[in-house]
Amino acid sequence: MIPELGHFALILAFVVSIAQGVLPLVGARQGQAQWIALARPAAQTQFLLVAVAFGCLAQSFLGNDFSVSYVAQHSNTQLPSLYRFSAVWGGHEGSLLLWVLMLAGWGAAVSLASRRLPEVMVARVLAVLGLVGIGLLAFVLFTSNPFDRLLPAAAEGRDLNPLLQDPGLVFHPPMLYMGYVGFSVAFAFAIAALISGRLDAAWARWSRPWTTAAWVFLTLGIALGSWWAYYELGWGGWWFWDPVENASFLPWLVGTALIHSLAVTEKRGAFKNWTVLLAIAAFSLSLLGTFLVRSGVLTSVHAFASDPRRGVFILVLLAVVVGTSLTLFAWRAPKVGAGGNFGLVSRETLLLMNNVLLVVATGSVLLGTIYPLLIDALGMGKLSVGPPYFNAVFVPVMVPLLLLMAIGPMARWKHADPKAIARRLRVSLALAVIAGIGLPLLMGAWTPLTAISSLLAVWIVASGVFQIIERMKTGKPSAAFWGMHIAHFGIAVFVFGVAMVGGYQEEKDVRMEPGDTVQVGGYGFRLLTVKDAPGPNYRAAVGSVELSKNGRVLKTMYPEKRSYFSSQMPMTEAAIDAGFTRDVYVSLGEPLGNKGAWSVRVYYKPFVDWIWGGCLLMALGGLIAMLDRRYRLRVKVGAGVTAGVAA
Amino acid sequence: MKLRSILLCCALMFAGAATAKEAAPMATDVAVEKRMVAISEELRCLVCQNESLAGSHAELALDLRREIRTMIGEGKSDQEILDFMVARYGDFVRFRPPVKPTTWLLWGGPFLLLAGGIVALIVFLRRRVREEAAPRLSDEEHRRAAALLDQSKP
Repeated sequence: MIPELGHFALILAFVVSIAQGVLPLVGARQGQAQWIALARPAAQTQFLLVAVAFGCLAQSFLGNDFSVSYVAQHSNTQLPSLYRFSAVWGGHEGSLLLWVLMLAGWGAAVSLASRRLPEVMVARVLAVLGLVGIGLLAFVLFTSNPFDRLLPAAAEGRDLNPLLQDPGLVFHPPMLYMGYVGFSVAFAFAIAALISGRLDAAWARWSRPWTTAAWVFLTLGIALGSWWAYYELGWGGWWFWDPVENASFLPWLVGTALIHSLAVTEKRGAFKNWTVLLAIAAFSLSLLGTFLVRSGVLTSVHAFASDPRRGVFILVLLAVVVGTSLTLFAWRAPKVGAGGNFGLVSRETLLLMNNVLLVVATGSVLLGTIYPLLIDALGMGKLSVGPPYFNAVFVPVMVPLLLLMAIGPMARWKHADPKAIARRLRVSLALAVIAGIGLPLLMGAWTPLTAISSLLAVWIVASGVFQIIERMKTGKPSAAFWGMHIAHFGIAVFVFGVAMVGGYQEEKDVRMEPGDTVQVGGYGFRLLTVKDAPGPNYRAAVGSVELSKNGRVLKTMYPEKRSYFSSQMPMTEAAIDAGFTRDVYVSLGEPLGNKGAWSVRVYYKPFVDWIWGGCLLMALGGLIAMLDRRYRLRVKVGAGVTAGVAA
Repeated sequence: MKLRSILLCCALMFAGAATAKEAAPMATDVAVEKRMVAISEELRCLVCQNESLAGSHAELALDLRREIRTMIGEGKSDQEILDFMVARYGDFVRFRPPVKPTTWLLWGGPFLLLAGGIVALIVFLRRRVREEAAPRLSDEEHRRAAALLDQSKP
């Protein structure tokens, strides 16, 4: 009964999304106040209905209803209830339902938090979200229904992939989806602005906090995923340039460009067309990511052929979204004015350079991600494009971007004086050069990559601190100012962490019998015992490893090797002693021989937590910038707002 | 089965070292191990999804890592080992695709993008500067700028 209720709610949500997508648009065009007024209640109803559907699926999981095919495939009676809940999005159908829930959630949030916006604008924005909702709900209902029954019901579920039986699954996908579905709001604002012809500063101001919010979630989502991979995969990598990761990273890169471009559009009325294109691109890449991950093409193009309906559906949806938005853009954009003037050296120019570099980076990552798929689809052989390629093309673009990052905020809008900027950057440059030479030496070895990264990190932080001090002298800086600098510090911290762990990580792959010791990174490790321990749905071998430094025992670490009953898949649970300046990481490999020996991997990872700490700072910066009070002020609907139409 | 026998071999090899307190490294030679890791990071584990040979726990990966160690021991260069892997498993095994006609676009693409981006930037900026020189537009812009400034005041 409950699954049918969920299915029914989902069908109703589909119907409501049609109403939400069509009526307010027509109403806005014909000036029918009643139809315009439908937008908000429709968005809220849609959210409620999707939430009911989601709740029903969750209940089927918690109640072990194996007559629901999706539940039978992704759950098991032995699965702890927390994982039974998060298993809702542990597979294809459920994760799409989560996608739709997020979309409806963003729609409801816009409908509630947009009291200060003109009704017509809100109606159009919600209508565009409704149209997107039609596409996604149709996708769920017609190709990926999570409520399909299994007759006769299975006696026991097949279990959730052991890799996913981790708190990471509880937080990572919802955060990530909040992020990339969140760009639908930026997209909806851009499309609504195109439809109305009001592509102006007011539009930019309205969509800025929403775009930043989506970016914050995406940043956190990606960081969580990276951290999860770090502790779960058992060898301490934190980024793999895996196509699935790239699928989430692409919207992040474009979203970052969009945030900066929106700043110019809001403050100076310039780059409007470009900003709209970025908003369209960010959301299109989110959809492309969904297509890549959900169609099965990543496993192989043949997986796509085995269930072509799903892949074709998203591909068509993607084509419709990109096609109609670009057509609308081509039709409307030329009518938009150029906006405020600016000189060759100005903050506008620097932000434009930021955008060019970010877009080039996005293009390169996109190319590397889809190239093997294209080559395979064209029958030209099988290729792998992996980390060596991405590092080779991504890093060179990031270096100038990070160099510019310290300069951009120093430059004035319109016209900046290069000499004055150079003067203000002198101290930062000196500190950066000292850091570039000194920090690597302090760490024990000078390499070009660690040198340039240390230089860049200190360069960004020093110039940021300089600007904050400068700004504090003239009064209280705005939240937006703080937010920007905190996010930029986050980048610096991130870059430093990446460089340090990349340059100075130490690792040993050893064979250990109980009693054996090994030294890595100045730490001593002694394997005490390896004991069998039962888990709720797995058996584990738990090692006790005594960690010591200079002969002093610090603690005992417990790395695990688990074998899950249902799938017999071995899983590594690394033991990590996290610290501000280093992580110590131990993972159990395989049992060797019959004397109780194990292969053990031990790592010393300097500053690795700075990678995620940097991401947290970025997200915090975004959050603070979002809360700037100017976003909460009622926008005067006057000359400034209508200028965009006239121009 | 093959893995079992390899593990047994390993166990026998290290049996002498087992009495020592210091744990025996899986590789007898640290330099060899470093090269092996560097090489295996360039190679794809063929039985897992998107994992490198260095990171994978799969049996095939263990076998191949061992094979790489052996080849290093035989005095083969890194390039020879990579060539051997490509000859056996095809280009698919390499994470750094070779430069050849079908990958020209892959390797050239980022450079084209960057060049295109820079050219577009320059063209755009020069056009803006020219537009700025035009007085009619300038008036219009001044009015708008004033309106925007007015509006950005709380």
